[in-house]
Amino acid sequence: MKFDLSRFRDTFFEESSEGLADMEASLLELDAGNVDSELIDTIFRAAHSIKGGAGTFGMTEIGEVTHQLETLLDQLRDGSREVTPELIDLLLRSADCIRGMLTQTQANPDDPPKHFDGMDETLAEISACLWGDAAPKGAPSDASTISQADEPPEEGHDGGGEGASGWNISFRPYQGLLQFGNEPVRIFRELGEFGHLTATADWSQLPALKEIDPEGCYLSWDLTLEGAATREELMTVFEWVEDDCDLTITPITSATGETSEAADEDMSEPIAAIGLHSDGESPRVERRSGPSTDRRSSQKKPEDQGGPSVRARSGSLRVATEKIDSLVNLVGEMVIVQSMLGEIGEDFEMSRIEDLRSGLEQLEQSTRELQESVMQVRMEPIGHAFQPMPRVVHDLSKKLGKDAQLTMSGEMTELDKTVAERISDSLMHLVRNALDHGLEGPDEREAAGKDRMGTVHLAAEHRGGQIVIEVRDDGAGLNPERIRKKAIEHGLLEPGDQSSDAELFDLIFHAGLSTAAQVSDVSGRGVGMDVVRKNIRALGGNIALKSKVGEGTTVTIQLPLTLAIVEGQLIRVGVETYIIPLLSIIESVKLEKSRITWVPQIGPVYHFRGNHIRIIPLAERFGLMGDATEMTDSMLVIVEGEGHVAGLVVDELLAHRQIVVKNLDNNSEEVDGIAGATILGDGTVALILNVGGVLNMQAEPQLASA
Amino acid sequence: MNDLSVTDYLETDALTNGAQWLTFVLDGQEYGVDIQRVQEIKTWTQTTSLPNSPSHIRGVINIRGAIVPIVDLRKRFSLEEIPYTKTTVVLVLTVERDDKERIVGVVVDAVSDVCDANEDQLRPAPDIGVAGDTQFIQGIMTINDQMVIILDVDRLLNTQSDQFADIDVEQVLVGVGVETDEDAPSDVN
Repeated sequence: MKFDLSRFRDTFFEESSEGLADMEASLLELDAGNVDSELIDTIFRAAHSIKGGAGTFGMTEIGEVTHQLETLLDQLRDGSREVTPELIDLLLRSADCIRGMLTQTQANPDDPPKHFDGMDETLAEISACLWGDAAPKGAPSDASTISQADEPPEEGHDGGGEGASGWNISFRPYQGLLQFGNEPVRIFRELGEFGHLTATADWSQLPALKEIDPEGCYLSWDLTLEGAATREELMTVFEWVEDDCDLTITPITSATGETSEAADEDMSEPIAAIGLHSDGESPRVERRSGPSTDRRSSQKKPEDQGGPSVRARSGSLRVATEKIDSLVNLVGEMVIVQSMLGEIGEDFEMSRIEDLRSGLEQLEQSTRELQESVMQVRMEPIGHAFQPMPRVVHDLSKKLGKDAQLTMSGEMTELDKTVAERISDSLMHLVRNALDHGLEGPDEREAAGKDRMGTVHLAAEHRGGQIVIEVRDDGAGLNPERIRKKAIEHGLLEPGDQSSDAELFDLIFHAGLSTAAQVSDVSGRGVGMDVVRKNIRALGGNIALKSKVGEGTTVTIQLPLTLAIVEGQLIRVGVETYIIPLLSIIESVKLEKSRITWVPQIGPVYHFRGNHIRIIPLAERFGLMGDATEMTDSMLVIVEGEGHVAGLVVDELLAHRQIVVKNLDNNSEEVDGIAGATILGDGTVALILNVGGVLNMQAEPQLASA
Repeated sequence: MNDLSVTDYLETDALTNGAQWLTFVLDGQEYGVDIQRVQEIKTWTQTTSLPNSPSHIRGVINIRGAIVPIVDLRKRFSLEEIPYTKTTVVLVLTVERDDKERIVGVVVDAVSDVCDANEDQLRPAPDIGVAGDTQFIQGIMTINDQMVIILDVDRLLNTQSDQFADIDVEQVLVGVGVETDEDAPSDVN
């Protein structure tokens, strides 16, 4: 039992973080002045599921905050409260608060914290909003509003229930209640534990015997509970049925000690709002499947095809059923081919060689398809990595006092989940940069004849075997002269330097250079762009920057679609086979001994197309026996890694092919100059070179001797 | 609520009924490892060497798609190297490090037996005064009148840099033999 629940807990956390991401995205859309009931419904649904889950797992605090949030959302939904920027902010903050609480609870599964940072403040804010200012239209009478506002916020949700000596409960199940395994008698028995319970059944809806659906529920009940129970406690009892019934819980106030009609009317309004949303329930249920899904699909991939939210790095993947089905089909085919081949092998004659060949061909075909399908499983739309950006832009533009909007294109472009996760932080940094020192303030923009509202555009597309991501702003652009000045100040360039604009822009990626006039807590400390470039390069990608003064800046990131398969050149050094990723290879030539010069401190240097490049004998570097120490019959592979170019001396160039990358450090230590390993056709292991690492291995002793 | 899970139950069972050890020979001496750590036993296959790695790491091999490093125990223990023969085998062991399970193969001369023995038969290795040198020995057992050195595979195959130095097992064994079992020195030398 315990084990089972913990398994569902993980699902709950994952779904909640997705729900929060949806909520955030919808809130931000609302922010754009776009009041749409579908959006509000999406937000409401997210809050509602989190509340339900939190209740199930006994996370009462989370349940409480979401519950309050729901109350507020309910008012938005029925139109009794206007959407204001302040309200959106409050809702966003509440979502943050819930996220924080979820994270903390998830981190301590055995001993969930009972108090959370910011929880009380958020609750207080929501209560203040609910009861304090601008009471919603059709709200409760003044008297009750005041009494509730006077209460401490934590008790606000009891809706005046503290003073109650008992409760009147109207419980009207829908006909399908019993089909979900709910049992009213059980509920009554539980209620009975709180005090004396009187139940009156209403069988007016009971049809004639022959028309009765034996699984239907036709009875309703009016219950009177005398005893000290809080609303929360009662709600817990009704937790499983609240979506399948009309439920009204009204307190019998101790002050009057009566269950008068007046009190009932007085209280039922606010309670319906705070509590169970009994009235609006059924229409909402219908909306849950219909148009809202359509709407989402027009914006981004529908949920059933998407992966998990980019924030949830839980290591699980949500995969579309079709993708799995195609895998199952392929595996089925392979099993058939395999058994056919097995049969041929059992009793082989030369006459069956044709069967064998065609079988192997089929196997090859299926294997290739299987490989492609499996890679598809790992692909997710880049939209997931874009997901946090609208929030960043919203918060940051407010903080910086700039008007900014974020537009996106190509969110559906698919790339490997691992790549998507690992670029998310870099993208965030670029967007922040664009806002902070790309876009100008509104007045400045107006003076420059631009729209007051600045635009940051995120674009993604497939180009060749790569994905290209652009972060573009229409801000002031980079001033090459300012960079030059800064660079000279920092000693990166000589005074009187004549570098081209492109070279100057490249300096942006150097550590320690920030061109922001002022260092802010957002950006400008000059750490960052170098880290971004390092991260992108670590993924086998590239980053470049273009900018025009007055027109804006574009940062372009090129990334491989997947990290799991690379194009590689097989090479031989002595008896060992290594693989050089094709992306790092500039070209391969036959080594001509006459072109080698020995330069002290640097070693052998090769004269190649007018340039002198360092050459590295791989055999020596890896402590192997090469074919010849004289380098006579060797090949030279010119490679580029981490900004350096050098030639690797190898004994022979073998085939070049697609290889599946395996991690080396799963079982052994990381090895300098080795990025991973793969398994060759004959089952042996070949190591994949990390070109940057190999070049740096050379660089180190050089520095020491210099 | 009964919180005892299936794995708890199995572990308790194993303890009360006694553990099993896989014993193998290395330079005439019997060694043993907890059989639950042994994933499989393979014949020796050519390895792909890892550049610039300690000499006791022969390289890596492919075991059903996993890249597994192979450690030569003779080299690890600074014993005389002999050419690999038909009986040379690779024990594929699971090793725990940093809460992560790893797979490592070790090359030994030959596999001997599977023995039952309670863990309380395990005697601690005598302290020979050289710090750290005996830490890869979990203890010593006498099974069928033969001294078996039980290895702590987690410590033995932990290839972190400070343990890269090959162990001088002769010295350790002499220290061990003198204090526990009079048969041992003849086995060792």
